[in-house]
Amino acid sequence: MKHIGKPVRRNEDARLLTGKAVFVDDVHLPAMLHAAFVRSDYAHGRIVSVDTRQALELPGVAAVYTAEDLGDYWRPGPLLVPPPPVEEKTFHARTQVPLARDKVRHVGEPIALVLAESRYIAEDAVELVEVEIDPLDAVVDLEQALDEQAPLIHDDLDSNLSAEVRQSKGDYQGARRQAAVVVRRRFEYDRGASAAIENRGIVASWDGRDQHLTVWDSTQAPIPIRNGLAEMLGLSESQVRVIAPFIGGGFGPKIMMFYPEEVLLPWASMQLQRPLKWIEDREENFYATTQERGQIHWAEIALDAEGRILGVRDDFLHDAGAYDPYGLTVPINTQCTLLGCYQVPNYDSHFKAVFTNKPIVTPYRGAGRQHGVFVMERLLDLAAREMDLDRAEIRRRNLIPPEAFPYDNEIIFQDFRPLVYDSGNYPRCLERALEMIDYDDFLSRQQPKARREGRLLGLGLVTYVEGTGIGPYEGVRITVESSGKVNLVTGVGTQGQGHYTSFAQVAAEQLGVGVEDVRVVTGDTREFHWGTGTFASRGAVVAGNACHNAAKDVRRKILEQASEALEAAQEDLVLEEGKVYVKGSPESSVSLGELAVRANPLRGAVRHGAEPGLESTSYYGPEQGATANGVHAMIVEVDAETCQVKIVRYAVVHDCGRVLNPLILDGQIEGGVAQGIGNAFYEQLHFDQTGQLLNASFMDFLLPTALDMPDLDMDHFETPSPLNALGVKGAGEAGAIPVAAAFAQAVEDALQPLAPGLEILEIPLSPNRLFEILSEHRDRRDDGRGDA
Amino acid sequence: MTVGRGERLYCGAVETGRAQKEIIVEVNGREIRRSVEPRLLLSDFLRHEADLTGTHVGCEHGVCGACTVLMDGEAVRSCLIFAVQANRRSLTTVEGLQAPEGRDLHPLQEAFREKHGLQCGFCTPGILMTLIPFLRDNPRPRKEQIREALSGNLCRCTGYVKIVEAVQEYVSRTGGGA
Repeated sequence: MKHIGKPVRRNEDARLLTGKAVFVDDVHLPAMLHAAFVRSDYAHGRIVSVDTRQALELPGVAAVYTAEDLGDYWRPGPLLVPPPPVEEKTFHARTQVPLARDKVRHVGEPIALVLAESRYIAEDAVELVEVEIDPLDAVVDLEQALDEQAPLIHDDLDSNLSAEVRQSKGDYQGARRQAAVVVRRRFEYDRGASAAIENRGIVASWDGRDQHLTVWDSTQAPIPIRNGLAEMLGLSESQVRVIAPFIGGGFGPKIMMFYPEEVLLPWASMQLQRPLKWIEDREENFYATTQERGQIHWAEIALDAEGRILGVRDDFLHDAGAYDPYGLTVPINTQCTLLGCYQVPNYDSHFKAVFTNKPIVTPYRGAGRQHGVFVMERLLDLAAREMDLDRAEIRRRNLIPPEAFPYDNEIIFQDFRPLVYDSGNYPRCLERALEMIDYDDFLSRQQPKARREGRLLGLGLVTYVEGTGIGPYEGVRITVESSGKVNLVTGVGTQGQGHYTSFAQVAAEQLGVGVEDVRVVTGDTREFHWGTGTFASRGAVVAGNACHNAAKDVRRKILEQASEALEAAQEDLVLEEGKVYVKGSPESSVSLGELAVRANPLRGAVRHGAEPGLESTSYYGPEQGATANGVHAMIVEVDAETCQVKIVRYAVVHDCGRVLNPLILDGQIEGGVAQGIGNAFYEQLHFDQTGQLLNASFMDFLLPTALDMPDLDMDHFETPSPLNALGVKGAGEAGAIPVAAAFAQAVEDALQPLAPGLEILEIPLSPNRLFEILSEHRDRRDDGRGDA
Repeated sequence: MTVGRGERLYCGAVETGRAQKEIIVEVNGREIRRSVEPRLLLSDFLRHEADLTGTHVGCEHGVCGACTVLMDGEAVRSCLIFAVQANRRSLTTVEGLQAPEGRDLHPLQEAFREKHGLQCGFCTPGILMTLIPFLRDNPRPRKEQIREALSGNLCRCTGYVKIVEAVQEYVSRTGGGA
């Protein structure tokens, strides 16, 4: 391989580094108006009145719209992901509305849209809109959401139940009766925010003469946005162009659709016949952009006397937020990923998703997978402790062996397909991680020594799988232009993953050109208009393989043309450095540019049925997802007085099949780990009992900084996926998935001398929360002693 | 009906009745003279009046550092400064970083490309502008100093690992200084 697998520098970097890359907020159009939203101050309440008169009087205000003004255009958004075909399920779809009409259901829900000559004036006008709301009791606590007395968030439902699903394999109760050890605990995993540094934004421009709508949208899914907008606005799809330009981080919430702002701005642009811009501010982002996590599990593991898993039972509550447009994706991911790298012969998993008066929950990097990993890995740790088994050993005994693939878990995954792992070598990853973290030396020497010195050192060791690269499909069109340069267009959007480079590498490999000679265009529906979007770690797998197929087809066409031009058999031709020549005589070559012209002549006859140009469009749709896996191990030191945690070492072993670009892959893992660390120890959204978010700013919601992030020791194995030609699996979310489980284990381990028997059963932690957990543990021990 | 459709279609400047103040600012060596509202943020001035959209806004309350620019050579957060406070000052934005002759990037930018010190690139201009005066004052920083210098800039994509490596690469290539 000349390009695939090489640490190629990125094609897109020069534009980003010099400030020339265009993000949505950089789009400025003549006569553009600016939008700001009036949002609910209450988590739950009935709207009594909305008075916009004063706002309309303010000079510079062009319009103020409320739900009433939308007429027939007001309707709840589409159900983005219908529930998968699981037998035992209930699902109540209640999707978000463009502007709240009768009721508000979370703080920050939009009530009115103001358009003015500048954002400053628009925000002045927002202050002048008088909204009267009759507040209702809010549903905040997950465990109280289904109480009979709980206020109803959606009045037409009997309860706040959004969904209920059971998936099982084998006979858990039967297995439990055989068990030598059963461990049961309650686990809690609270909400966080994705906090991309670029907030969301939309510019919508309706051209009344051309009858054409152009929308710049910070979305991960420009094509579905285009299709949906055309449908909602009664336009042909060819009248709507959606551009997802450079996006400042996506991480999942930017694929939620349709956000109210996405529905409203294009419509209002048509009403006012002027271009409009809305850029979310940071505070809005904490309410108006979707969030994730928020689950409570009651889980149980049954093991035989050797520590082999006989079965797992899990009952959990999932916080859907005020609406559930993303269906069951997040809790289904939790349910499926819990099984992890292990052979679990009997599994019984049941969850209820509940509506709460909080912002909507949709996938955020990991998308529920980390919850499953947390529960399973914590159960194994607790079981190991109870059985006096080594942590690595209990995992080793339960890993799926390499010869067992494809491995059928006998339940249904988020892509509606059976959860079957395609390939992997789990024991090899575990052993390598133990080696990298000096596991034996840590246990026998480093930790005892630290403890003698009064230092609290602990180790965390966690395995995980990541279901990636799911369908339905993506497409790519590759063209060799008459300059000899290559143009590659695809529908998937890009938010920093390096698609401009990795897709170019795949094409360059086949086409004998440099990576820098392939110009990649993503996320513009005028350039390519079939596709779904960037989610579920699927870009490299799904669009990557479409690139491969299209490039192979263009290569075939190049060689056909060259064979005629050089009067030589195709087998004798060499394609490299942008030209083709007959083996052994590189001096008489024909360039790709010349061949492109030959394939698209201005005069003369062509063969019957010939397609013009050196171009091919190809689609790839995997039958099922490719499953990546890995092991994270970390050593932490806890300060007993401040409860501050320092990560001393961090090792990652990862297997996502064939690596396209190790530089980009390492970056994905490092970024994921940073988000995982944030999730484990810094980031928590604190809602009070009225549903008010108490820390809606970067002053109070802490993201990890350069000082909080350790250096990573990383190693990759490459077990190619047999499911696709490139052998790749996704890697986008892997870094984030196991971190919280490893962090909890490491901190718990570190604290044992101070608090013997302490268990950490929740995430996120923080120095404050750790201090409380320690105090609670001490109180419990003191009480216990009193009883005795 | 709450919509003032039609009758309020302004084009061009709007007379808001608010006081304006004339300022003269040197941006990347170019003098810009404008009348601005005293409440106009420097970040908005640079992006919308000077059309220099390389300066990004991530939080509007001085935490994320994406909007960092140089004012008289020192790093400042342009979302925490009013444009009128920059009157008669000299500003440098990411667009003002000069590449050596024959190259397309400043050596610090080059090091970021080399070491993959950026992913989505949104926070990158602010990080570069934070590092320029830091590296001028600390030509041979230790790793911990680099981390400290970066700790006021949030990056959500990279986990900072390769940003730190990029700075080390720059220091070793140039022998220090910015």
